[in-house]
Amino acid sequence: MATMMYWEAIRRAHDEEMANDPLVIAMGEDIGVVGGTYKATQGLYEKYGADRVMDTPISENSYTGLGIGASFIGVRPIIEIMSVNFAWLAMDQIFNSAAKVRYMSGGQLTAPIVIRSPGGTAHQLGAQHSARMEKVFMGIAGLRVVTPSSPKQAYGLLKSAVRCNDPVFINEHELMYNLKGEVPDEEFFHPLEGSDVVREGSDVTLFGYNISVHWALQAAEILSKQHGIEAEVIDLYSLSPLDREGIKRSVSKTHRAVVVEEAEAIVGVGSEVMAIINEECFFELDAPPVRVSAVHVPIPYNHALERAAIPDAKDVVTAVLASFGKP
Amino acid sequence: MLSTDDKKRLLQEMLFARRFEEACYQGAQERKIGGFVHLYPGQEACAHGVLEAARPGRDYAITGYRDHIHAIKCGADPKEVMAELFGKETGSSKGRGGSMHIFDVKHRFMGGYSLVGGPFPLATGIAKAIQLKGDDDISICFLGDASNNQGTFHESLNMASLWKLPVLYICENNLYGIGTRIDRSTSELEQYKRVAAYNIPSAQADGQDIETVYDAARIAVDHVRSGKGPYFLELMTYRFRGHSMSDSNAYREKSEEAEWAKRDPITILRDRLIESGDLKMDAYQALDKKIIAEIDDDIVKFAEDSPQPSVADLEKYVLADNDPYVSGGAS
Repeated sequence: MATMMYWEAIRRAHDEEMANDPLVIAMGEDIGVVGGTYKATQGLYEKYGADRVMDTPISENSYTGLGIGASFIGVRPIIEIMSVNFAWLAMDQIFNSAAKVRYMSGGQLTAPIVIRSPGGTAHQLGAQHSARMEKVFMGIAGLRVVTPSSPKQAYGLLKSAVRCNDPVFINEHELMYNLKGEVPDEEFFHPLEGSDVVREGSDVTLFGYNISVHWALQAAEILSKQHGIEAEVIDLYSLSPLDREGIKRSVSKTHRAVVVEEAEAIVGVGSEVMAIINEECFFELDAPPVRVSAVHVPIPYNHALERAAIPDAKDVVTAVLASFGKP
Repeated sequence: MLSTDDKKRLLQEMLFARRFEEACYQGAQERKIGGFVHLYPGQEACAHGVLEAARPGRDYAITGYRDHIHAIKCGADPKEVMAELFGKETGSSKGRGGSMHIFDVKHRFMGGYSLVGGPFPLATGIAKAIQLKGDDDISICFLGDASNNQGTFHESLNMASLWKLPVLYICENNLYGIGTRIDRSTSELEQYKRVAAYNIPSAQADGQDIETVYDAARIAVDHVRSGKGPYFLELMTYRFRGHSMSDSNAYREKSEEAEWAKRDPITILRDRLIESGDLKMDAYQALDKKIIAEIDDDIVKFAEDSPQPSVADLEKYVLADNDPYVSGGAS
């Protein structure tokens, strides 16, 4: 078991998959000679050459579509979109081509691409570089959406995404590339569906994904030490499909649910998890489920305003205490 | 050069295409075919002439929503194409696609797509895959003039030229983007000139005369297959019907339609063969009757008699079945 950073884990998955199959390629802006804005493809250009580690022009929709077309006949592209905000420009090809081609061809064609892209609010990047788009991708039939919260997941999810026959969107986070964690030395493939119980607890379930898993874990420690509340923390690494069984199992045990997300509440992960709770285990609830989400504003530049717009561990603690009727 | 036998076969294929599309029109009028239906009459020499110069069924072809005839010329069974229009389980796309989404991957017809300009990057990506694999196949992208006003045109042609990808872009310039005439939407009317900015060789040819189309396509196909990179061929053509079934055609001058009617690709080739003594009018009329009978008695009947897809299969084909990597079971 080696300790490595999130970006190193992603780089290792690229390297292994490209060594394994000559038709696995990497594409994106500045991923080749520069090695990737977040170093996720560092050194691969030198190792695999320009034909397989492609520095693309800044043409998000068409280089994504190019990857999709290549995937129709056996190529497995790992497409990096430098910031998820730019993925809006590629939405036509992701939504209209990749996600729908299997269905509208009656199963004849499939687009086994991987799109990796960091979202989230980082350090004062302003409204057009701080989007959280996972909710948009979750609404697309025919597309898988996963989101790693640790280097181990970042490695294993990318490995499985490359080999899976469906298009997979991997939602990364700009603030997490230097996160350290243990990754097994031997090759492994992380499931693309399901959820993980990352902390056992009996009193309330905190649902998180990607960076919000960490806020939930911090909140769980505070709740345990200062308030005697034992929170269970569930990592929803698969956002599409969501793990209905895992959600039901935990809420049926703790009888309380708080969903923690960096994105705005409206039409989001929390709304969806709460709907699943309503459908699967409404009568198990001792209190209404709660969402801890971002304020519904374009993300401001000013540091204090930016932090006020998105939640943190303290907001999670407050929400849990409120759910127990404690001020 | 096309031989006399080739020309006679192409005349038969184009006549079949014309009658097939007329049967689609009829089926839509009778509400047996739903959705938007974009028909090809008037443009037959484009798909037939270009694909004749390539290797239909082996080279990859892709297009927009006016796709029935491109699929058939690639080798798709016309019965399956008609059954697709009827929404049947026996259709090319098992009734899930419809008129705008004909696919026949075993004949390397990579689909009809209904977002204007959407196939540009897909065709370019297929060419990238061909290049990586080192095959001598080419990727052929058929689209209309109006798609050249999408960003995907510029973005894709830039990459195709940059990486010398084996892709042939065919622009079937029928002078209208839905109901808007080209001079009202496009600052450069000559489409083949627009690609000069990407250093892609290009040409313009008469799209109504299949021999002209074939000769121009021969040069284009040879260029792309020889590894010299992309090529852009503009074919001047006209659709004899509206943009789709719901189109009244009120935006076109009747005099313009009458002029183009004189340039019907089928009558141009037919009259040439009659003049050279290689075809008799009564033989042509007998052929026409035979084609109409085949379409009515065989193709439309197959579509009508075929089963509907089962509603129980509604969610089939959304994602791959039993993919081992979904459960991580592969490790």
